[in-house]
Amino acid sequence: MPPGRDWPSIAHTCMTIDHVYWLFAATLLATSVMVTTARNPIYSVLFLVLAFFQAAGILVLAGLDFFALVFLVVYVGAVAVLFLFVVMMLDIKASELAERRARYLPVAGLMAVLLLAETLLLVDMEGVALGGVPAGLAAADWTGAVEPLSTIQAMARVLYTVYVGPFLLAGMVLLLAMVATIALTSTRGVSVRRQSVALQNRRDWARTVARG
Amino acid sequence: MDFFALYSTALILFVIGLFGVFANRKNIITMLMSIELMLLAVNLALLLAGAFLDDMAGYVFALLVLTVAAAESSIGLALLVVYFRVRGGVAIDFITLLRGDPRAPHTAT
Repeated sequence: MPPGRDWPSIAHTCMTIDHVYWLFAATLLATSVMVTTARNPIYSVLFLVLAFFQAAGILVLAGLDFFALVFLVVYVGAVAVLFLFVVMMLDIKASELAERRARYLPVAGLMAVLLLAETLLLVDMEGVALGGVPAGLAAADWTGAVEPLSTIQAMARVLYTVYVGPFLLAGMVLLLAMVATIALTSTRGVSVRRQSVALQNRRDWARTVARG
Repeated sequence: MDFFALYSTALILFVIGLFGVFANRKNIITMLMSIELMLLAVNLALLLAGAFLDDMAGYVFALLVLTVAAAESSIGLALLVVYFRVRGGVAIDFITLLRGDPRAPHTAT
């Protein structure tokens, strides 16, 4: 920029935080629609990754930085990669995917519209207090009395004290998932080569091929 | 930012996931991904409500839902891999073992 010229006014050109929110939300919904309608499951997984990133962006803007990172680590790093592995492993034939999708559209649309209408009705009836703070409640100024904590500090304070039972149960769920997955997929099949320690220890050195 | 706008975003995301479960009747992997979308929507709603209401319970239960989502996807995909190994295909129309349907083409002979 040559000297003597002003910078353009930031207030008119810059996006506000609300615009960023709307950008993340709109991209989240668009990518999730693409997840459900993409022909190729690979594209579905990649759009799923993009949707998780948008959700993490929304959480960052809401001040939940720890959960945004957890979303990225767990969802993108574990779940989406797992899906990617399975999609690439399973070798789904293209003929199975070429189907008349319109057959299911009435049922799917009916379910979607019903659930949306029910939930909106419920929110409209029950969520009155969520819409705005009543006038009497917002009068007290608590900002001086509140101890500022980061999300992870606040989580740690309640996770190991109040919610220690659910926390242990979550650990058990993860352990169960790990054991179940290993037990399901490790088969003593013909195509899996395994190491037999006893057989190796019994082996005669003189009769092996590789010597010296 | 209005809380209801974000909450509606999560709600619409849930409905899209439900729609995906019903609309992808042929592709079980896309159905599982739609279930992941629904879990993501529930998580998002819990977290945003927790942030809006200053309640840690929303965060804690979002963490639990995250755990269950990871366990569900891992076990579901392991089942899918085992089924593919046994039967040679995961097309939903042919998963009719309990019906005793003799027309299943994936029967490994």
